[in-house]
Amino acid sequence: MEPVLEIRNLNVDYGLGDKAVRAVRDVNLTLHRGEVLGLAGESGSGKSTLAYGLTRLLAPPGVITGGEVIYHPEKGDPYDVLGLSDRGLREFRWAETAIVFQGAMNSLNPVHKISTQLTDVLKAHEPKMSEHSRNARAREMLKLVGISSDRMDAYPHQLSGGMRQRVMIGMALILQPQVVIMDEPTTALDVVMQRQILGQLIELRERLGFSVIFITHDLSLLVEFSNRIAIMYGGRIVEEAPAATIYRDALHPYSKGLLSSFPALRGPRRELAGIPGSPPDLAGMPTGCSFHPRCPKAFEPCSTHIPVLGRPDSPDGAARSVACWLHPTEQPVG
Amino acid sequence: MKYFLQRIAFYLFTAWAAITLNFFIPRMVPGDPVQSLISKFRGQMSTEAINSLYVLFGLDDNKGLWTQYVDYWKQLFQGDLGLSFTFFPSPVSEIIGDALPWTVTLVGITTVISFLIGTSLGVLAGWRRGSWTDGLLPVTTFFSSVPYFWLGIIAIYLLTGPDSFFPSSGGFDSALVPAWDQYFIPSALQHSLLPALTILISSVSGWILSMRNMMVTVSSEDYITVAHAKGLSERRVAVSYAARNALLPNISGFALSLGFIVGGTLLVEIVFSYPGLGFILLQALGAKDYPLMQGIFLVITISVLVANLLADLAYLLLDPRTRKEG
Repeated sequence: MEPVLEIRNLNVDYGLGDKAVRAVRDVNLTLHRGEVLGLAGESGSGKSTLAYGLTRLLAPPGVITGGEVIYHPEKGDPYDVLGLSDRGLREFRWAETAIVFQGAMNSLNPVHKISTQLTDVLKAHEPKMSEHSRNARAREMLKLVGISSDRMDAYPHQLSGGMRQRVMIGMALILQPQVVIMDEPTTALDVVMQRQILGQLIELRERLGFSVIFITHDLSLLVEFSNRIAIMYGGRIVEEAPAATIYRDALHPYSKGLLSSFPALRGPRRELAGIPGSPPDLAGMPTGCSFHPRCPKAFEPCSTHIPVLGRPDSPDGAARSVACWLHPTEQPVG
Repeated sequence: MKYFLQRIAFYLFTAWAAITLNFFIPRMVPGDPVQSLISKFRGQMSTEAINSLYVLFGLDDNKGLWTQYVDYWKQLFQGDLGLSFTFFPSPVSEIIGDALPWTVTLVGITTVISFLIGTSLGVLAGWRRGSWTDGLLPVTTFFSSVPYFWLGIIAIYLLTGPDSFFPSSGGFDSALVPAWDQYFIPSALQHSLLPALTILISSVSGWILSMRNMMVTVSSEDYITVAHAKGLSERRVAVSYAARNALLPNISGFALSLGFIVGGTLLVEIVFSYPGLGFILLQALGAKDYPLMQGIFLVITISVLVANLLADLAYLLLDPRTRKEG
């Protein structure tokens, strides 16, 4: 499969110098054209920081300290997003990679009409477009996400939470980007609405052909909606595999822990178990594998050596990778 | 619209209550305040003045309280606020009418300029926080905590003198007669410079600080990040997203400060002996000129109410969340 976004050795710190907190460490991840890549992990595992980092939206004191984010446009040569000029970056944003943010409630500016907020993207990216066609396009996007076009003149507070998030999805697709990053897009919504919106999104993806990076702490949603899943812990990716493989046969003890912390709807009953302990303090990371203090299977090398993400030594291990001493890797991936 | 009418009704009621209080307060003064005033003036009061005092304090026993109240309103609608006895026999309305333009021009113009400059600087300082503009903050904090009148006294002490360009007191050269001509206007401008600067310097800092702080707060809102992510130009994000939203509290602050134009800078007018309402009020207080004080309080009350109404209106226009559907 052809890659559309390649993250190579991305490092993100909060703060500078010795006191810097390393929120994302040596992350390698590839998003392929047309796939939904899930990114899961507890709060503070670096998922959102990764998303903000690769679009260079980190608010100070966040800094990208190393790595590359290679974007493959539909036509033309791939380029490094981290090396773009301010102008180039502005043009790249939303036109190539759009984001649906965590806070459905606060992503829209309360003092501007929906129509204004939909069309100012078009104004910025396609200055030659006439006002009439801008409005037509905005109405079309609303229709696409199932909102009647007479809501164009509504203000955000006149819409429900679900409607607002659908407006945001419509807004994300208005320039037909190749990549859509969804950062916990449905966290603030009820379960029924979550499902409805995600179902709609997957349907739109099939129609329009964009790729999705889907960030959430809800692994059950990912198993259902994504093609591949990457699990993050303490700023690193600890396991990456096709969704079904993770669900059936997770290798990393942390992935197993996440999977057994929510109930399955069908299938045999099984014991629900949480992961003991709490997420690591990013400012004072444990030595070795950062999960070892909480890991039920930790053994001798775990506390001293950092396991490298690589292909595990198993018969069907070709399409997956894991960073765990229980599964010694043959070659590092990336 | 319904909300707007409700507000108007509310303000009408408040105005009624304030005016009614204004009517009752002098009548609640115990004893015979008129006698004590007369003895204070040592018989230098004319009979008309004494009569107007008796009417004011409701001591002309011929009428009941209700009739007095009705008469009070009738007079009010005719613009009759009684006679002043500091400036006897000028009617209070005339004295206020003479003083009001001075205050409104001086303080009104400086308030608007101060708001415009302060807000723009605040937007800049808030948007570029962490840069050199943060170095301005201690200075603005200092000036915003300095009282107007103190700054005025210092300005008079340092900048005025026998051969200084700046006059130390008054609203115009005493040799001139107020008129719209080429002698009077420059003189009035020259006299207003120092008080205007005093007000400007001490009030602009407040606007800078509050606007900067709102900008910083708003800048961390999600919709600002979204606006950046949308690839909008820096300018558009700063103006149409951040400043637009940060402005809301400042607008209501501004409207409220308009209400205090009339009464709020009393001390500056006193320091500079500026012929505005504050200066008149000082004289009225010194002479226990109750009708004049009552008139000035009425003007201040009404202007504060009007300013509040303006603040409500501005909010209604700028923040769609305050508009009720219906």
